[in-house]
Amino acid sequence: MSLAKRIIPCLDVDNGRVVKGIQFVNIRDAGNPVEVAKRYDEQGADEITFLDITATAHDRSTTVHMVEEVASQVFIPLTVGGGIRTVEDIRTMLNAGADKVAINSAAIFNPGFVQEACDAFGSQCIVVAIDAKKTSPKDEANRWEIFTHGGRKETGIDAIEWAQKMETLGAGEILLTSMDKDGTKNGFDLELTQAVADSIKIPVIASGGVGKLEHLSDGILKGHAEATLAASIFHFGQHTIQEAKEAMQAQGIEVRL
Amino acid sequence: MDQKLVAVIDYGMGNLRSVAKAAEHVAPKHTRILVTHKPEEIEAADAIIFPGQGAAKACMKALLNTGMIHPVQKATQEKPFLGICMGLQVLMSHSTENEGVACLNVVPGEVKQFELDNNTSLKVPHMGWNQIQQTQEHPLWHNIPQNSRFYFVHSYYVQPNNQAIIAGTTTHGITFPSVLSHNNLFAIQAHPEKSADHGLTLFQNFLQWNGQ
Repeated sequence: MSLAKRIIPCLDVDNGRVVKGIQFVNIRDAGNPVEVAKRYDEQGADEITFLDITATAHDRSTTVHMVEEVASQVFIPLTVGGGIRTVEDIRTMLNAGADKVAINSAAIFNPGFVQEACDAFGSQCIVVAIDAKKTSPKDEANRWEIFTHGGRKETGIDAIEWAQKMETLGAGEILLTSMDKDGTKNGFDLELTQAVADSIKIPVIASGGVGKLEHLSDGILKGHAEATLAASIFHFGQHTIQEAKEAMQAQGIEVRL
Repeated sequence: MDQKLVAVIDYGMGNLRSVAKAAEHVAPKHTRILVTHKPEEIEAADAIIFPGQGAAKACMKALLNTGMIHPVQKATQEKPFLGICMGLQVLMSHSTENEGVACLNVVPGEVKQFELDNNTSLKVPHMGWNQIQQTQEHPLWHNIPQNSRFYFVHSYYVQPNNQAIIAGTTTHGITFPSVLSHNNLFAIQAHPEKSADHGLTLFQNFLQWNGQ
């Protein structure tokens, strides 16, 4: 009897609609966030993360309505990331029904913001998203650094030190994405995941690279992550979350079935 | 048929909307869910839902500032009362959070921090889906299987002086009381509003409960 390892489907949202082709059977409007969230809920998703890729502040208000709509019908934890820069942004999302927000670049430009956010709303709802890339040459000790702007801009910040700093500032979880692995379908960067997970006490959500079910178990067993986040493996109907959990259970991992 | 009024106490802490929405989702006809901070509405309500999130000190301060301390204490003695998460913890006498905070003292006992072994891979906050072992029969457990998983997020847990009021336990490194039940009061550390079907069933049971 213990805490289950979590599976979190991640959905990209633009202007209040789920984007990035999602191919559920029997869903006529694939872009309807409530339908998509409900389907994942039915399949046994432990949480749902929405990543807001909306370009303008004006359009972001539609994301708020979307969160409201989803939260009134789907009763599992909801995280919203993307464009969270101020305490007011967080308040707006939480009032709309989000349970957590993911802070990414704003943490880098102003680490004090993480502390401010945790003081105001509690650590339980502050997830710090870290996008990391390996920067060490071959044959040298591993080093990963934080990148911004979808992996294009380097910051020179060491990923492990950064995760520790975020923990000290009060972050409740770390959403760790390997920019080297993201989109490759080759599995998580397990060395990175393990290095970060073993260096902090707060949970790490592994992200970036899931292409098949065994990758999820690897993230937990080898990467020491508490949760795994994936998108395309679920979106395109390749696997259901139920199947993913059954596969994890077969590996001896405790899951909520 | 008379309308039943269920008040969700609003003292500025926590995701009241989620709690109210989940209760509304399963509310029987003629049951109205009202989010309120007005003492007279709490007094008039047939049942009370007391949510909460964040730190103990901030919660107690918010209760004080909104004039909710007495109405909440009174309600715990009088009508079906459901405490959730911090709404469980602040019912105790005292919390060790924030260098020590005096709480509502409705349930004698303490709130303590998880102190896990340094060698453990277990994480704090205890965050995610864990099982609740039902240690007592209770109307609110109706249709919820033994050891069902609920969603938890917390770093502190309650330790009541009277062990007989423990209605559920959960294990995270240690086994801790995750549900307390005493007369008309039922309080749970997990978030039923975020616990999918089992959580909704718990709300449904609460909305039909007469407090006995």
